[in-house]
Formats: sequence, structure tokens, C-alpha cells
Amino acid sequence: MLLRDPDFKYGLKKGIPIALGYVPVAFTFGILAVSGGIPPSVAVLISMTNLTSAGQFAGTKLIIAGAPLFEIALTTFVINIRYLLMSFALSQKLVPNTSMLKRALISFGITDETFALAALEKDDISFSYMVGLICLPYWGWALGTALGAVVFSVLPGLVQNAMGIALYAMFIALIVPGGKKSRAVLAVVAIAVTISSLFTWAPGLKQVSAGWTTIIATLAACLAGAILFPREEV
Amino acid sequence: MYRILAAVLLMAIVTYIPRAVPMTFFRKRLTSRFIRSFLYYVPYAALAAMTFPAILYSTGDLASALIGMGVALVLAFYEKGLLIVALGAIAAVFLSQIFL
Repeated sequence: MLLRDPDFKYGLKKGIPIALGYVPVAFTFGILAVSGGIPPSVAVLISMTNLTSAGQFAGTKLIIAGAPLFEIALTTFVINIRYLLMSFALSQKLVPNTSMLKRALISFGITDETFALAALEKDDISFSYMVGLICLPYWGWALGTALGAVVFSVLPGLVQNAMGIALYAMFIALIVPGGKKSRAVLAVVAIAVTISSLFTWAPGLKQVSAGWTTIIATLAACLAGAILFPREEV
Repeated sequence: MYRILAAVLLMAIVTYIPRAVPMTFFRKRLTSRFIRSFLYYVPYAALAAMTFPAILYSTGDLASALIGMGVALVLAFYEKGLLIVALGAIAAVFLSQIFL
């Protein structure tokens, strides 16, 4: 039984902080969607079927702006291409005999945060672990959206602004401990940050969309890492 | 309304595909030290690239974003965990927007 599986329970526990961190971010999403004229029920539907931050924020903004369906799909896809890399990385970490159906199921729950926690586990990861890990963040994301959609008009703008930083703060919490322990990780992070800064500010380069920037910076930084600091034991 | 639901469905599909395809269909373990090193660095590189400089524009003004980022870095350095780091950064941004 899944519920008695220690891997499931362990995953569930690891998912708690992600779930709680998702609430304010999803809350902001709920506000964005409903203030743009999307019904609260549809805002929650978006969160429960997309389960992603950047992609659904961008897609929803385009829906509100009345963009053509093709543009909405393409923009969302480009932002989500980074998941190819994450999904590939997890394919190497999943217990090898996991069935294709199980793989297809848990891949729905790959987000930046669940990916990072799963990828940073010391040992191989199982289907039960992934289900546990995904479970609470999924409901945190849905619940946060519902709350934001319902109370969007009551909350002062200052609190809304402050919540914008929550996702990035979680990213920092995931990166820094690894950077403290390994100079190689620190170097990879520095390269990634430098490249994404160039693509944000340098003339000519800043035309590149945020989705592509993440992909280019990730590929280049990991390539440099693998060449300069190949791992002894991987 | 129909257009919105169609857009939501399309978004869900183009979000699911890149997540599912590699993990579902690529089942072989790669042994190359190069590729395994590359993949080891992916979480750090991807999260770092997504965080900076986007974090600077996440709060509506640069000063509060810098303060929030500073607080997040310090809390993360002392390994306070995801939630404390996130709440600490939100509180720092909120307070700095009130007082600055």
C-alpha cells in the first residue's frame, strides 16, 4: 500500500515546505487571473492542470490580453522547455525498473522545486517517493490559487508585492547549501547567473525570451561544470 | 469562455509534454562520467539562472528586492529551510516597502 510505504511518507514530509511556499505564489496567481477577468473556478482549473509557475503566469497574461491560441501555446511551451532537462535528469535518478505508466504519472508533478528536491536526494528515487513529494505541493498550489481568486480585492497591494519574491527565495534556499559545500557548484551557479544577466541586460541579447535564457544559461553552465569539474563519484 | 478553456487545455498539454517525454521514454542508465556530472549540476544552474536577475524585478522596486534577496541569502546560508527563507524574504520586502 502506498500510504504505508516509508518512501511515500518521506516524500510527503519533504513536500511540506514546498507546499507552504507555493501558497503565497499561487495566491498571487489567483489575484492576477481574477483581476484580469478570469472566473475563479477557471483560475483554479489552470493551477490544477498546469501546475507550473512561470508558464501559467505567462499563458494567463496572454489569455487576458486576448492573444491567439497559437501564441499562448508557443510561449508557454518555450518557458517549459527547461522541464525536458529536468525530466531527463530525473530519468537517471529513478529506480530503473519503474514502469512507463508510473513514469508518465509522476512526470506531471515535476516542478522546479520538486525536481530540485528529488535531484538533490543522495539515493535513487522511487515512484512512491515522487507521489509523496508531489502530493502536498499540488494541493498547496490549488488552494493558494483559490484563496487568491476569492480574496483578491481585500488584500493591500503591498502584501501582494512582497509575495512576488517567495518563489525566488525558495530557489535561493535550494541553491545556497550546495554552494557552501562545493566550489564547483558555486562556479556553476556563478556562470549561470552571469549568462542570465547578460541575456537580461546586454543590448541585442535581451531580445531573447526568459524561457530560452534559462535553457541557454543552464546548458552552458552545466557544460562548463562537467568539463571543468567532472564529479568523482556520480 | 470556450476560447479560455481551449487555451487552458493547450497550456496544460505543452506543459506536460516536456516533463513527461524524457522521463517516460528514456529508461536506460547512462554511465558516462561527463553526462552524469552535467546532470548533477542541472538543478543548481537552472534555479540560479531563473532567480537572478529576475528576483530584482519581483517586488515592484529594486531596493526592497535587494533587501529581500539579501535576507534570503543569509537565511539560506544558515540552512534555515525553504519555508523560513521564503517567509523571511517576504517579511523583509514588506517591511522595507513600508519604511523606505
